[in-house]
Amino acid sequence: MIEIKDLQKNFGDTKALKGVNLTVPDGELFAYLGPNGAGKSTTIRILTGLTKISKGRARLGGYDIEKEPRAAKRQFGVVHQHVNLDPELTVFENLDIHGQLFGMSKAARRARIKELLDYIELTGRAATLIKQLSGGLKRRVTIARALLHEPGIIFLDEPTVGLDAAIRRRIWALIKKIQLRGTTVFLTTHYIEEAEFLADRVAFLDKGRIIALDTPANLMAMAGAWAIDQFKDSGMQTHYFKDRKQAAAFQTDDSFTLRRVNLEDAFLSLTGKKVQP
Amino acid sequence: MINECLAIYRREMLILKRRLIRQMAGQAVSPLLYLVTFGYAMGDKIRFDGISYLDFLLPGLVAMSSMTRSFAIATDINVARFYWHIFDEFQAAPISNVSYVAGEVLAGMTRALMGIIIILGLGLLFGVHLAYGPMFWLPILLNSFLFASLAVALAMLVKNHADQSLLVNFVITPMAFLGGTFFPIARLPGWLQSILKLLPLTHASKAIRQAALGKPVNLHSLALLAALGAVIFLIALGCVNRARD
Repeated sequence: MIEIKDLQKNFGDTKALKGVNLTVPDGELFAYLGPNGAGKSTTIRILTGLTKISKGRARLGGYDIEKEPRAAKRQFGVVHQHVNLDPELTVFENLDIHGQLFGMSKAARRARIKELLDYIELTGRAATLIKQLSGGLKRRVTIARALLHEPGIIFLDEPTVGLDAAIRRRIWALIKKIQLRGTTVFLTTHYIEEAEFLADRVAFLDKGRIIALDTPANLMAMAGAWAIDQFKDSGMQTHYFKDRKQAAAFQTDDSFTLRRVNLEDAFLSLTGKKVQP
Repeated sequence: MINECLAIYRREMLILKRRLIRQMAGQAVSPLLYLVTFGYAMGDKIRFDGISYLDFLLPGLVAMSSMTRSFAIATDINVARFYWHIFDEFQAAPISNVSYVAGEVLAGMTRALMGIIIILGLGLLFGVHLAYGPMFWLPILLNSFLFASLAVALAMLVKNHADQSLLVNFVITPMAFLGGTFFPIARLPGWLQSILKLLPLTHASKAIRQAALGKPVNLHSLALLAALGAVIFLIALGCVNRARD
């Protein structure tokens, strides 16, 4: 379980987080959604012990990340936004050193690495240098590394950023597979469809505050069921409707596009701005 | 804790293994040039305290190398921190600051020993035969421990790679030339000698040279290197916490 109470973070005069409260139960796939600069990565950096808390507290699996950092860090694995693998080391060496940092025995490390390479479909690539892998394969290795010590929680900070659509979908399948094994997944993203497709619950973060938190379906229902994008000389305007009949009545010519409401619409209706830049 | 420390050390050694030929070639260039220009070409014209300049120079190069090579770990820590973001992996792992600092310091000391063995090998090629007993290696270990600890501390404090280069230019390079490496500091004015005696490299050069020439080693120099090394190691532990945002 992840418990965050009144979490605040200041960088000088800048308030990056302004009192975040959140509980993520065991086994949930939770998406933390917001535009760049909303405070998503700051939250993850705090939860993983990389950034100090200005005020409030955070507990992971019952352990306080500031007061009991070593116990708290054993509860989670993390996939950082940057691919932070040693490019000059092999896939096996990167994973093996991680296992050693977590106090795993040599035999346990070997067995687990073999299992995970099969799991991420990289069997036979143990001896490949990281610098010889593509971006998508590197990302899969970072996910395997985060799972190596069998944590109950996994943090994924923008795990598909910079990847093409096909590879992104393979990563999504892997994330779902991780959740199905009972792991709590905390995912930050600014890809709307990622949160919509994967998450059990979604929090909208804007300017360091959670402005809404619910299931994707309930959040979308806040905006309506159907949307019509109208293209005008001044730009695009979106209108929301509770049912398709109402929307169709509004659609009088080809300048209107009828579609289902998505999470972007929910965010837009709450903040007046889009998640994706 | 030992296992965590070994994991940090092992990572550095695996990287060193991948770069071994390049590293060894790189580490041989400077001492070779110093030995050729200052020792071989000009050395027969200079004698200090009755010994040839090559015999004087080689322990100085060993002392300098124990400083520069161990301090070079700072560059790799910074590359790992600012470019590869691998430091995030260590910070998110359940390891103590002691394990992290000790692992990096050991890696710095190993590099220094590697550089020194290359210098001693080159020295043999130039016909330099000195005493390399335990008292020769002790100040080397103390000096490399001190500068590797300093490297970790400063690598945690700098905000970017450019700051690291400034530290090398303003701290390490002047010390390398003025710390009794190339000439006896007794030849300098008294006030400058007083300042230079505060530098750890001055004491390392003195102790290494004394041992290499078969003379009794000044225990005061060894105690100073050990005490200063311990203090800087403790400072490095504190600096790891400061590296968090």
